[in-house]
Amino acid sequence: MTRIERNAVEVHGIVKHYGETKALDGVDLTVREGTVLGLLGPNGAGKTTLVRVLSTLIKPDAGTAFVGGYDVLHQPKQLRRTIGLTGQYASVDELLSGYENLYLIGRLLDLSGKEAKARAAELLERFSLTEAARRPAKGYSGGMRRRLDLAASMIGRPKVLYLDEPTTGLDPRTRNEVWDEVQRMVGEGSTVLLTTQYMEEAEQLADALTVIDKGRVIANGGIQELKAQVGGKSLQVRPLRPAELPEMARCLRESGVPATFSDESGLLSVHLTDEEQLTTVIGALGTRGFGIAGIDTKLPSLDEVFLTITGKPSVPAPARDKEPVA
Amino acid sequence: MSTATLSPAPASAPSRASGDDTRIGLRANLRHLGALTRRNLMRIKADPESMLDALLVPVIMILLFVYVFGGAMATNQHEYMQYMVPGLLGTTGLNLAMALGTGLNTDFQTGVMDRFRTLPIGRSAVLLSKMIAETLRALVAFAVLIGFALLLGLEVKGGPLNLLAAVGLSLVFGASLMWVSMLLGMALRSAQAVQGMAMIVMMPLQFGSSIFANPSTMPGWLQAFTKHNPLSALADACRALINGGAVGNSVVTVLIWSAAITVVTAPLAVARFRKRT
Repeated sequence: MTRIERNAVEVHGIVKHYGETKALDGVDLTVREGTVLGLLGPNGAGKTTLVRVLSTLIKPDAGTAFVGGYDVLHQPKQLRRTIGLTGQYASVDELLSGYENLYLIGRLLDLSGKEAKARAAELLERFSLTEAARRPAKGYSGGMRRRLDLAASMIGRPKVLYLDEPTTGLDPRTRNEVWDEVQRMVGEGSTVLLTTQYMEEAEQLADALTVIDKGRVIANGGIQELKAQVGGKSLQVRPLRPAELPEMARCLRESGVPATFSDESGLLSVHLTDEEQLTTVIGALGTRGFGIAGIDTKLPSLDEVFLTITGKPSVPAPARDKEPVA
Repeated sequence: MSTATLSPAPASAPSRASGDDTRIGLRANLRHLGALTRRNLMRIKADPESMLDALLVPVIMILLFVYVFGGAMATNQHEYMQYMVPGLLGTTGLNLAMALGTGLNTDFQTGVMDRFRTLPIGRSAVLLSKMIAETLRALVAFAVLIGFALLLGLEVKGGPLNLLAAVGLSLVFGASLMWVSMLLGMALRSAQAVQGMAMIVMMPLQFGSSIFANPSTMPGWLQAFTKHNPLSALADACRALINGGAVGNSVVTVLIWSAAITVVTAPLAVARFRKRT
């Protein structure tokens, strides 16, 4: 048996300028059928612009893009039948009920009245919105709104789903609900292009990552590859007595662990390159009698990923930690 | 079992179709139009205040003008009602135009328009459905206005057919202003701004016309304005139709104005709408 892996989304050299601003400056990316591509980037990186190009909402100045085999420029109507979009902007009608919103979209996707009705009920059930189905969407909570958005994008059983920052502004519990739902869609064979600002979200959902900044792709690859580039976790120590921060940092450097601190956050940060370092840090601080109010380890932030990937001269890789202010 | 991985060259895309877009058939277009009209009507139902506006304003205007100013304006209130109500009826069709602009603006602002644009439907259906819904809303407003005026003793000397002609004329002129309203709706930032701007334009046009007072009582410079104000022609035409007087040039003047406004603004509005959608 031969399974051919195909690209559900192919983007070649897409350029979109707004006056002097280069929103997209020659972006290439591909999403394999049945996988999730995490499109990471800070605010203003061009993520939403790219999704809008791929949804036929705006025309690129140059480049080509194909979704499900259809050309964004020349086959917009066929393309629209293959995609579903959930974003910060493509929204539901707040005055209509959840049911009416889904029914409307079903009819616009050429389902018969009966089919549209059945599909709306099915999706409301699936997204736990049956009880709220007849209430106007403006009374929905943030999480319910987002679930209705997701349901709306799935009416036509799209092959490719764009999720543009689907969890921005949601509380952790609701965020997890959305993640579960996305994983379920992928399990059913959807291809997903997910834009996010959160490394954690990309880790949870994506098979591969494309990182963009200022309209350009700056990194591309599997999550593990990128994480290897960035390197381990960072340890944050909250001291009992913030005044001791500089001394604690000095103590750690004497023990061979580079550390930085910030008066602003009142935290001591250590970039962990191996697991043993955690013990070294706690041991060294304990022996010298520094009080510790709390410790936490976290994945590299998106900022750190960018700093590492772009390799900006201000942050040379070997000695990337600033000298503490003595 | 083997897995053949094609290179991510363009050739690897599945079933890359060639040729132009499939055209949307008439039946599909009508289905989309029906679904979107239903949506616009449900929006009115969900926001009854917007309907109150269309229904109560004419009632309040009649009460206010006929009973507060009527005695001062004419020999008696009945006479003033026969003068003012037809003019008011003429402007009822204008409300439909303004509602179109605010509705369109709201759809753009809230992202609903973007949702529609990612669906395989004709963009004209979105616009047309709004026009249909607003026309239906205006018809209800006409019914309330006429019903209330009849209750207060308005006499339709021109007969029911002429009354319908007046309603039709009002709708035609209102329709020509829909394009202006569309332009405002797409140019301004918020629905409130569209409404505010519409007010600023409409107020002087309404009062600087023959709707409420006979222009011969006004100073010369204002007379010059009211004489060329299309709302004067509209009010005069409706008055002549309803009161059974001589219509004169007024109906033709209104139709010429409607055509002129449409010819100038419709292409601009459509071009702008196409650019944004």
